[in-house]
Amino acid sequence: MTAITAKWRNGLVYAGVVAVVAYCLAPFYWMLVSSLRRTGDIFDTTLVPSPLSFENYRAVFDPAQGFGRALLNSLVVAGITTVLALLLATFTAYAMARLEFRFKRLILTLIIATSMFPVVSIVVPLLKLFTDIGWINTYQAMIVPSMSFALPLAVWNLTTFFRQMPDELEHAAMVDGCTRGQAFRKVIVPLAAPGIFTTAIITFIAAWNEFLIALSMTNKPGMQTATVAISKFTGATTYETPFGSQMAAGVLVTVPLVVMVLLFQRRIVAGLTAGAAK
Amino acid sequence: MTQTDASPETTGEGRPRTTGSPAGVRTRRPDRATAGAGRLAALLVSPTLLVLTVVVLYPTLMALKESLYGPKGLDPATGFISDTEPFVGLRNYAEIFGEAGARFWNAFWNTTFFTVVTVGLETVTGVAMALIMHRAFRGRALVRAGILVPWAVPTAISGLLWRWIFNSDGVANALLGQQILWTTEGFHAKAAVIVAEVWKTAPFIGLLVLAGLQVIPKEVYEAARMDGARPVRQFWHITLPLVKPALLVAVLFRCMDALRMFDLPYILVGAQKHSVETLSMLAQNEAANVRFGPASAYAVILFLYVFLIALAFVRLLGTDLVGGGGRGRRGFLRRGEVTA
Repeated sequence: MTAITAKWRNGLVYAGVVAVVAYCLAPFYWMLVSSLRRTGDIFDTTLVPSPLSFENYRAVFDPAQGFGRALLNSLVVAGITTVLALLLATFTAYAMARLEFRFKRLILTLIIATSMFPVVSIVVPLLKLFTDIGWINTYQAMIVPSMSFALPLAVWNLTTFFRQMPDELEHAAMVDGCTRGQAFRKVIVPLAAPGIFTTAIITFIAAWNEFLIALSMTNKPGMQTATVAISKFTGATTYETPFGSQMAAGVLVTVPLVVMVLLFQRRIVAGLTAGAAK
Repeated sequence: MTQTDASPETTGEGRPRTTGSPAGVRTRRPDRATAGAGRLAALLVSPTLLVLTVVVLYPTLMALKESLYGPKGLDPATGFISDTEPFVGLRNYAEIFGEAGARFWNAFWNTTFFTVVTVGLETVTGVAMALIMHRAFRGRALVRAGILVPWAVPTAISGLLWRWIFNSDGVANALLGQQILWTTEGFHAKAAVIVAEVWKTAPFIGLLVLAGLQVIPKEVYEAARMDGARPVRQFWHITLPLVKPALLVAVLFRCMDALRMFDLPYILVGAQKHSVETLSMLAQNEAANVRFGPASAYAVILFLYVFLIALAFVRLLGTDLVGGGGRGRRGFLRRGEVTA
């Protein structure tokens, strides 16, 4: 291969890389740009908003929209779901990675299978049940069904993390006189903290992005989560879709996730691809 | 899903397993299956199983039962609306082949069409992305961060975002120089959903395939080059077979996810739109209109559909979900948790 063709090839690869990044980021950028336009300029197609305006952001936080409350609801539902799922999953994943017992493979397969379950199949019966017991418009009505996908996801992730840690750690602790429980508490959990943390982020993002459950289980605006609230944003008139404030709200809901992803991308990628890379 | 092959792990008598992989991939040496370990395991695993029983198994059984009941009707004896739902047997299922069937079959074909087309496009795009990224040595962290952005954007938000892009006066029409009403009924509505779905999930497949590419030893390619294999041949005969296990699991998870598609068409186009209504949307719509019987029947059918496809993957293609079987510890990739 001559130097010239190598250079060409290199250039082609980087052109490809730019294309990939542009493909991924362009729609997101468009959301950002649109959110920063004035209502009157919303149909502009310039790449940079001029003049820059935060009008849409002010509209989002207009108390009439109740968007602050929706963000809080999302935080409560996703937060509690994540904490509960991680609490249960840590123990289960430890058993899956470290102990030998009957039906282990079957149990793990079943847990993973539930994560592929169509959510609507449990939403329909639970909607009826929760209507009967008066749980509609409550946090628990959203948290309980969310466990159906959050828990398998957390078990899955943590099992891989625990499997990656050498056994010698516990053996050493147990030689030094720890019981298995103590070895788990004092050696494994602190060392697995990065894995637990990554799992928490991935689970939180999944719960934060949930839509179907939150849509079905609430009908009072005050109890809607952010994703549902945005989809129901109304403009000044019924006939006008408030694209500007929808985009602004979309940016607000997405930016925390994007920041998390950028800060922890190495760990998240490691978590998501754990099985593939090993 | 239902792999019943008895690996050494599942045969109660635990003998220390010898590691099959050379590079010390499997460093763990599971403890013997003693009664103590069994008790401890039961203690650690049962809370999770209990919760899953309550939030998944119980509702599924309820759906199964509910699908056999009809809507509350007028009680012929009293003339009031009765408080109990009448038992109708399999009528909710039978009606699929009757008058109400048209809407069901439309939703069924939409679901299938979206799954086949989006997963196909995602796979091709994702693999292409991975090949490009694998070649790039500088700026990989940047690319990886960029690629995670569509994954992190909530599906509901991406629905709104693409609704805005596909607005009649939006940027898509401006770029194409067309005046297409994307979000109204018709084939273009399907196209809009497909574009948005592929945008969100292809990068993710790319990421997973990239991880698979990075563990292929360079020597394999060198040997192929020595033997005179051209790049295209190298791709078909080396790269693809070696990333196939990882790719298959990714495709399986994407299929499962596409089959239950809800948020994107619901927000991008709207509820009760013939062109894009999926089975999930149909079931949710029926349930929201207090027609729990048919809703449950649709939910049960969707569940069976998903189950059969997963079973086909595992049985026909030998997709190894759990890992830790005969083929070393790799074997799972996660779907992009885009359930929501």
